[in-house]
Amino acid sequence: MAGRGVTWLGTPTFPKAARTALADTQLRTNLRNATTTIRGKRAGAVAELPDWEPLRRAGEAIKDEVLANLDTYLERLEAAVTARGGVVHWARDAAEANAIVLRLTREAGADEVVKVKSMATAEIGLNEALAEGGVHAVETDLAELIVQLGEDRPSHILVPAIHRNRSEIREIFRREMPGVDQDITDEPRELAEAARKHLRQKFLTAKVAVSGANFAVADSGSVVVVESEGNGRMCLTLPETLITVMGIEKLVPTWSDLEVFLQLLPRSSTAERMNPYTSVWTGVAPGDGPKNFHLVLLDNGRTDTLADTVGRQALRCIRCSACLNVCPVYERTGGAAYGSVYPGPIGAILTPQLLGEDVDEQAKSLPYASSLCGACFEVCPVRIDIPEVLVHLRAEAVESKSKAAPEAAAMSALAWAMGNPRRWAAAQKAAGVGRLLSRGGRISGLPWPGSRWTASRDLPAPPKETFRAWWRRTRG
Amino acid sequence: MAEATEPSATAKAAVLGRIRAALADRPGPVTVPRDYDRTRSTADPLALLAERVEDYRATVHRVDAAELPDRIASSLAARGARRMAAPVDLPTTWLAPEVTWRLDTDQALTIDELDGIDGVLTGCAVAIAETGTLVLDAGAAQGRRLLTLLPDYHLCVVRADQVAVSLPEALARLDGTRPLTFVSGPSATSDIELNRVEGVHGPRTLEVVIVG
Ligand code: SF4
Repeated sequence: MAGRGVTWLGTPTFPKAARTALADTQLRTNLRNATTTIRGKRAGAVAELPDWEPLRRAGEAIKDEVLANLDTYLERLEAAVTARGGVVHWARDAAEANAIVLRLTREAGADEVVKVKSMATAEIGLNEALAEGGVHAVETDLAELIVQLGEDRPSHILVPAIHRNRSEIREIFRREMPGVDQDITDEPRELAEAARKHLRQKFLTAKVAVSGANFAVADSGSVVVVESEGNGRMCLTLPETLITVMGIEKLVPTWSDLEVFLQLLPRSSTAERMNPYTSVWTGVAPGDGPKNFHLVLLDNGRTDTLADTVGRQALRCIRCSACLNVCPVYERTGGAAYGSVYPGPIGAILTPQLLGEDVDEQAKSLPYASSLCGACFEVCPVRIDIPEVLVHLRAEAVESKSKAAPEAAAMSALAWAMGNPRRWAAAQKAAGVGRLLSRGGRISGLPWPGSRWTASRDLPAPPKETFRAWWRRTRG
Repeated sequence: MAEATEPSATAKAAVLGRIRAALADRPGPVTVPRDYDRTRSTADPLALLAERVEDYRATVHRVDAAELPDRIASSLAARGARRMAAPVDLPTTWLAPEVTWRLDTDQALTIDELDGIDGVLTGCAVAIAETGTLVLDAGAAQGRRLLTLLPDYHLCVVRADQVAVSLPEALARLDGTRPLTFVSGPSATSDIELNRVEGVHGPRTLEVVIVG
């Protein structure tokens, strides 16, 4: 654990973890198949819409509008949810959010909750916090269930168990799923059926459900969850109490703004025209669904991220995972190497920003987990310029080092190369992604001007303390 | 943990204060470019809807109004559905006589009853041709969200006048404060080696009758 409460997975720094991952042939094969498949499908789904670029620009602008007036929109959302019978809670950090959920669960008289897959609750380590308080959280998304039963870590935002193949999943089910048929085959259909049976009784008896939110509408207080399996609908409809934990940036101003995001998200994410199920609810609907609805608004480093005029664009992210699937570094290392619940290009910019000043060794290495090839920006449905933010995080760190260190001259050449995405991309294209990750995170054989430095020695990731120094200086 | 139980007002004031400090530069008003397509036209929206729903491996039929009762009856017979759930305000001509109907009246159907039933028949609020989506808003002939969630088979009737071509057109027809469910094909997962498997928790079979 580190920082203000972004769950930390305790793996080594990115370059080290990446080397371990690179040695794992199974993982790399699974990942390459997955990312290649989703990438191809996504391109088709996007090409179908003649107005994709205007939609992206609208998505970008709507999110910027929300961020520029976040205080106003949050208060509007709170008023709308309250007017419709919901209760709104504010949480400054992970501990505060977890305590609220635990208290509400206890008040509902439950020692078990069913959960819809949610990045925000993974970020704050809710399951672990609930367990400490004697409450068992049951993940109901199939992939999350596989990860939970396998006592594993998710490796992808969208398909968290993509690193597992069918025979591994069969073994996990046989070992960890009470009452499962020991003769079960590794057919995906049979495995899914086993999960259905396993979870059915949980759904039908759960008193409390916990979900995240893909969007919330400030004007009306409507909350939106997008999913495929129907486990989300189960959780959002069956239990008496529904607790939704949502990052404060997940707002859109009006109902009609959803017309942009409900087109951008499914096509970018699962490469479908529309995901099988989208649920929208506003407060409580008498006679239909939960009797109690609680909305927890989570800061946990988002306001600090908002303060960085370059880095704040990361808060536009709608967690579609398109940037993961096109990233050459992610494809070779997998999600776990990032050590964060947010892997891939978005994780590389969001995680260190959310962690803030107490940023640890691994988070500090994340802005280097990229080849700056720009593919992530090309696919991002809300046009987050990830390379720009990466270079911003790197260049500032290098600059602050160059003033103090003896190797100042060499470092400033590096800063020059890193100070512009195109220069840096050219340098790295020549060096190759594999080499970026070679030799314990050292970058070797950069072409000019990096060669002025790497000719004599490998190029290390800039020293850690400078990142912190930079952070202190800019966050003051 | 202790301080976390202090009044939410303190946390709220703190978060709002942080936001205002973070926005010291208060970026100017953002103009949202709305030059994307709000509406779109197509020669035959019903045919497009049918094609797109079928893409999700749902079964689709097109009938005219007079054929609807027979279509419902033969779909249920083909499925072997004998006990069906339905919202209390379902048009009576839809209630195929060979079937035992459990209507969701004031004496609401229990979870156990719905869990053991052969299927559910409903109408919808809006359908989106381009995406092959049905939207239920708990309004006429749709009932509670639970009705279309627990049974393993969902037969849904769409009228021609309920079909919108694009998603923006559909949202404009909907009231965002109602409990809404957008359904695009049957429940599905791709979590095991990206193999698509229909039906994990929601209905495993979706059948759609387009009228008009
Ligand atoms: S950064 Fe963009 S592409 Fe990546 S997950 Fe977020 S919205 Fe999707």
